[in-house]
Amino acid sequence: MIEIVSSARCVACDLCIKVCPTDVFERGADGIPVIARQDDCQTCFMCEVYCPTDALYVAPLGDPAPPDSPHTDEDALVQRGELGAYRAAVGWGRGRAPGASLDKNYLFTQDAPAREQR
Amino acid sequence: MSTGDALEADVLVLGGGPAGAWAALSAAESGARVVLADKGYCGTSGATASGGNNLWHLPPGPRRDEAILARQHKGAHLTDAGWMDRVLDTTYRRVGELADWGYPFPHHDGVQRRSSVQGPEYMRRMRRRVHRAGVRILDHHPALELLADSDGVVSGAAGLARQREHRPWRVSARAVVIATGGCAFLSGGFGTNVDTGDGLLIAAEAGAELSGMEFSTAYALSPKWGVHTKGLMLQFASYYDERGTLLDLPAGVPPRQAAALLLARGQRVFARLDRAPRHLRAAMREAQPNYFLPLEKAGVDVFTQTYPLRLVYEGTVRGSGGLRVLTEDCATTVPGLFAAGDAATRELVTGAISGGGSHNGAWAISSGTFAGRGAAGFARRRGRPERGLAPLGRAGLRPTGPHTLTPKEVVAAAQEHILPPHRSYLRAGVALRASRVSLEGLWRETTTGLSGTGRDRLRARQAASLVAHARWITAAALARAESRGMHRRTDLPQRNPALDHRILTGGLDEVWTRPDPVLPVLLPARDEERAS
Repeated sequence: MIEIVSSARCVACDLCIKVCPTDVFERGADGIPVIARQDDCQTCFMCEVYCPTDALYVAPLGDPAPPDSPHTDEDALVQRGELGAYRAAVGWGRGRAPGASLDKNYLFTQDAPAREQR
Repeated sequence: MSTGDALEADVLVLGGGPAGAWAALSAAESGARVVLADKGYCGTSGATASGGNNLWHLPPGPRRDEAILARQHKGAHLTDAGWMDRVLDTTYRRVGELADWGYPFPHHDGVQRRSSVQGPEYMRRMRRRVHRAGVRILDHHPALELLADSDGVVSGAAGLARQREHRPWRVSARAVVIATGGCAFLSGGFGTNVDTGDGLLIAAEAGAELSGMEFSTAYALSPKWGVHTKGLMLQFASYYDERGTLLDLPAGVPPRQAAALLLARGQRVFARLDRAPRHLRAAMREAQPNYFLPLEKAGVDVFTQTYPLRLVYEGTVRGSGGLRVLTEDCATTVPGLFAAGDAATRELVTGAISGGGSHNGAWAISSGTFAGRGAAGFARRRGRPERGLAPLGRAGLRPTGPHTLTPKEVVAAAQEHILPPHRSYLRAGVALRASRVSLEGLWRETTTGLSGTGRDRLRARQAASLVAHARWITAAALARAESRGMHRRTDLPQRNPALDHRILTGGLDEVWTRPDPVLPVLLPARDEERAS
C-alpha cells in the first residue's frame, strides 16, 4: 500500500490525485497530497509510475505497514533509492528507454521455449 | 458543460480500461459523439494498466486454425470458432494500428514482437488516442445506474463525480457500451479493486442476460503478504513446504496448479525460481518488472530465497463469465446496450478456462472494436432519446425500507461465500446450496436496508453488485452439475457430455438459469479430419 508522500520531493502537481484509480489521495492544505484513504489502495504502483519527482513510495504489502516497518522509514528508503523504483522499471522519465521497448514477454509465452503460461 | 450537469452523446462508454478505450475510439471513428466515463482514471484503471497483457495475436495463416483448435480443446468445447476467427483478425489489425501510432514494441531478430503490451505505456497511449479522437473523458465518474426510455431502450446513465463532492452526473445517449470490467470481489489483487462488477448489476437491472458465471473461479498466486498476482515467472519455480523440503507434486498437472490446489486445501506453500536459467534472468526482469519489484522491495531474491504464497481471488476478471452477447457487434439482449471486455462473457474465445494471459487481452481490443462500432450504428439509426428517461437503479441506491446496513457489512457477507478457496477453487453442491439460501436472505436485506450518502453511495452500489454476483455465480455453479475447466465440483468431478453447452443466468429478485440455445461452434478435431 501507499506509505509515503515525500514533502521534500513533492512539487504539488497533484498528478497522483488525478491518476489514482481508487482515489486514495486528497489535496492537503499546503497543496501536498495526503493519503486520505489508505484502505482503498490496491498497491497497483500507478501513482509511483506517474509521479514526476519520485516522491511516492508504495510498499509491497496488501495491508498498512506497521509503524516500525522499514517501509515507513522515508530517509532509509530515499538513501537506498527505493522511491520511484517502479517508474524506473517502466522506463518513464527523462533519459530512459521505455520499458515496453525492452519487453521480453515473448520469450516466456506460448511461442517461446518455456511452456507454462499465465 | 461542467460535470454535475447533464451531457448528451450518441454513444456513452462506461469503463476506461482497454475495452472501453477501444470501444470509445471505434465509436468515434464511426462518426459518433462519444462520452467515456470511468470510475477511476482512464489510463490507470483496471487490471490491464497495472498488470499488462499478453495478447492472442497471430498473423493470418494456418496457425490461426491451429490456435482455435487448441483453445477449443483446452476451453472444454464451449467456444465459438467464428468468434475466435474474428477476434484474431481484429486483434491483429488493431495491434498493427497501435504499432503504427508509435507504441514501442520490442524488436527481436529484426522483427517487432507484438504479442505483449506493457500496462502503463499501453493505456497512456490509448487514453491519448481516445482524447485525440474527440471523445469526452470523464475520470472519477462512476456510473450508478442506467437510464431507459419508455420502450425500455437504454438511453444513458447516471452516476456521481467522485472528486467533485460526489455531485450527480447524467449522460443521455442513443447507445451505451458496458466496459466496466469483471468482478474480483474486492479481494485486493493489484489493479482489480475497481472491478466490482457494477456494469453487470446495472445491465441486469435493464434486463440483460449473463453467461458463464460459473467460470468465475480464477485465483492467482501472490506473495503471502502482498497482492501482486503475476504468475508467468512461476514457470521456473520449485515449490517447498515450511521446512524447506521440496514438495512432491503430482505428475500430469502443471506445477503451478498443483501448488494452488495445496494452498486451497490449507497447506503452506513456498516458491523459489531455482529452475530459471541464468542467461534468461535479465530478460525475466525486463518481461515482468511488476513480478520482481514487489519481491525486491520486500527483500526477497527469488532466485536464491523461498517466499510464502497465497491464493488471491480474481473472479471473472481472469475467469470467463459476463454479459451475454447476442450479435457480432456485441449487442446484449437489451436494445441500446452493448458489452465489451471482461464485462462480457469470454466463453466464446476461451471457453471454460481462464482467458488471462492473452485471450482476455485480445478480447478487450476486438470486443471493444465490435461494440463501439455496433453502438455507433445503433445510435445512427435511432432518434434522440425522449426527455424524462427512467433511472433503473435499485439495490443499494433506492432501498425499500429504512437504512439498516452499511456497505462494509454487505461486502463482508458476500465475500464470505466467494473468496475462500474452499468455496470457489473447490466447489461442492452442499456448500453451494447453503450459500444459495443465505444469499437469498442477504439480497432481501440489501434491497430493503442498504444505502449510503456521498462516497458511500458508490460503496453501497458496489456492495449490492457483489451480492448479485454471488447469487448469479452460485446459481450457475449449481446448474453446471459437473466439473469442466476452472469449474471444479468435488462432488461431481467428471465432465458430463449433456452439459456441452453454455449456461445463461440473470435476474435480480428471482435468479434464473437456463441452457444457452446458441450452441458452441467447434472446428472438427484433427483426428477426425485425418480419419475422414
